[in-house]
Formats: sequence, C-alpha cells, structure tokens
Amino acid sequence: MNTPLTKKVSVATVWLDGCSGCHMSLLDMDERLVELAASIAIVYGPLVDTKVFPQEVDLTLVEGSVSSEEDLTKIKLIRQHTRVLVAMGDCAVTGNVPSLRNPIGPEKLLKHIYLPHAPEEIVPRLLPRVLPVHQVVKVDAFLPGCPPSADVLYYAITELLAGRVPDLQDKTRFGK
Amino acid sequence: MTVSERVKTLVIDGRDVSARESQTILEAAQEEGIFIPTMCRLEGLSEVGACRLCLVEVKGSNKLLPACVTRVEEGMEVQTRTARLDRYRRTLLELLFAEGNHICAVCVANGHCELQTMAQKLGMDHVRVPYRAPRRTVDASHARFTFDANRCILCTRCVRVCDEIEGAHTWDIMGRGVESRVIADLNEPWGEATSCTSCGKCVQVCPTGALVEKGKAVAESVKRPNFLPYLKRTRGQHS
Repeated sequence: MNTPLTKKVSVATVWLDGCSGCHMSLLDMDERLVELAASIAIVYGPLVDTKVFPQEVDLTLVEGSVSSEEDLTKIKLIRQHTRVLVAMGDCAVTGNVPSLRNPIGPEKLLKHIYLPHAPEEIVPRLLPRVLPVHQVVKVDAFLPGCPPSADVLYYAITELLAGRVPDLQDKTRFGK
Repeated sequence: MTVSERVKTLVIDGRDVSARESQTILEAAQEEGIFIPTMCRLEGLSEVGACRLCLVEVKGSNKLLPACVTRVEEGMEVQTRTARLDRYRRTLLELLFAEGNHICAVCVANGHCELQTMAQKLGMDHVRVPYRAPRRTVDASHARFTFDANRCILCTRCVRVCDEIEGAHTWDIMGRGVESRVIADLNEPWGEATSCTSCGKCVQVCPTGALVEKGKAVAESVKRPNFLPYLKRTRGQHS
C-alpha cells in the first residue's frame, strides 16, 4: 500500500484589534510548538515574515476585533483564502476591550484622546463600531478567553487538525 | 410548609417526582437533583420570573412556563431539557450579553460572575445578535459601593433584597422595556439616597459586576449571598 504524501497543514495567524495576548498564549505552548511543527506550517502572521496573505490557507486563527477599515478589508480577504477560520480570544469573539469605545463613538473618542496629536494620513480610519469577527465574516469555531490559555489553544489546534470542531465548554470562557 | 399540606406527584424529565403542593416546579426539580438554569432567582428572596432562563415545557400547555413561579400540579408532565428550550435559553443569554456592556476581561467580578459562568455552562461561546453598546452611567457617589449600570441584567435581586430583607426599598426599576434601569430612591445618585442604610446586601446578591464594593480591581469582587437563608431562619421566617 502506498503511503500518502504527507503535506503539512498550512496555518495563518492574524492580529487585528487586540493586545497580542492571544499570540503570547500561542507562544506559551512552548515545546508543544515543536511537536505541532511536524504537522503544521505557519505561513502568515505576526510570528513570521510573509507580507501577503497566501492564496490557500487551511486554518487561520484570528486575534482581535474588527475595528478599522483596514481590519475590515483584511478579514474579508483572509476569509476568501481560508478553509477554516477561528475566532481566537475574546476580542475576536465579542469585541472585548476594543469595544469599550462603542458607546462613545469614534469621533468623540478621537477628539478626546488622539486628534490633537494625530497624523492626517496613514492611520486607518476607525469603523463606527468595533465588531466581533463573526459579525463580518463566517467564523467556523470560537475560542473565548482573555486570553485563551496555551492549553486551550493547543487542544483547539489539535482537535481542528484532527478534523473536529473543538468542544471547549469546560475549558474556557469569556474573560479569564 | 404546613402540616396539612398535600403531596402532588408529577413527572419531570421522565422521572416520577413527588412534591408539596406549595412548591414550584423549580424546587421540585432541584430536590431531585435536576438542573434548571436560573439568574434572577436567589434562595431567600421572592420569585419574580424575570430572567426566563428557567422556562420549561409542560404537557398540555401551549406556552413555556417559568419553573420558578409555576406551582406543581397533580399529574403534570414537565420537560426541562429539550432542543427548543436549549435554543431559547441560549438566545436569552445572548440577549442579556448584547443588551448591556458586559466585558468580562475588565470586570471586577471576572471569575465570580453568575452571568459569565452561565454562558460557559450553557455553551454560549458567542453572541449572534448585534451588541447594543448602550451609553450607561457608573454611579460611584456612594462612599463604599459602586453601581455600574453597564453590567446590570435587571434581575431585580437588589430591589428585592433591599425591600424584603433590609426593609429600606432604596432600589427600584424605572422605565420600560430596553430603557428599564435600576434607580436609587427617586432616581437620585446612590450616595444621596437617604433611604439607603449602606448595609451592602444588594452588593452581595448582585449576580454580576453591576453592584460592587469600592476598591476592588479586576476579578477581585467575590459575592457572598449565602447570608440570606441564614438571616431568614434566625428571624423565624421561611426562606
């Protein structure tokens, strides 16, 4: 019997409006990253140098909420080129801390905090409301937690690699 | 319970159950170890049926009935877990999260919040409806406590404990529907509410981070509502 050619599962990670804590949790998997490296290839994200999102990615973990026009463009593009998209952490799942500005509105917020010193260009325009990822594109799995722990991420990734939607009910929740 | 009280027999989730006639479906189920989710209910306070999480299906009734305020009846057939009930409960929870501003990660009650715990327990891992993100106030005018309306779910535990146990009736509800909110006295800052005795009972019974003691940082607010049944017993009242 021929053994099938082994192909690594391509994994992207994305950092929208979040604190990078979820990516820190990913790194906190420590030696389990080495084990995962046997079956996955990280093809895009803040942890690697690729500049353009690849054409076909098997699994994308999204950290952060959709808060600016840039986030919005990015996540729509990523959805098009991703087979399984996972909302990783509370910002992606609920809006979380970035969404604290929603009752105030971007204009008032910018005037109060940034505008006196803000550059006129380059900085992406804020959306009227911070949105959880699933309110913009279809999300295939949700990993609540601020941040979800390394154990939760490891469990979720191994389940997804096995072709299952992870059941995280007794493992994580909103907040900490 | 009075001595002459009758016993009713009913079926809950296929199990034969007997209960005293004054008991509710919820009490009968709890005595049998059957879990029905609740948010507004608290042992020692009157039942209001505000949160609707305890809705159950009763054979012969074309509407869902809140288990906390529905008395047991002879021959009743009750279902506490069906696909429809699971769906409704999940939606109710999502609406609670979407209605206010519940941001667990930066809440003093993080890790000790009944709403947060219930979401986990019922497997509610995201909210499908748009968040309202209402503009609500934080009342920090009281010397010892804070009322953060962003995290209030209108369970009215504070209203009931203040009225029924403390006898002060500082808290009440103003407005209707989505505009409903908890107010102190005649909609005054809490610190200026002359009826408030500063006993702190409302803080201890609040299921979320809406009513908290001052000086607590994230995840530091632990509530202790267990005083209630004890207090009622020592006063010679039934809880």
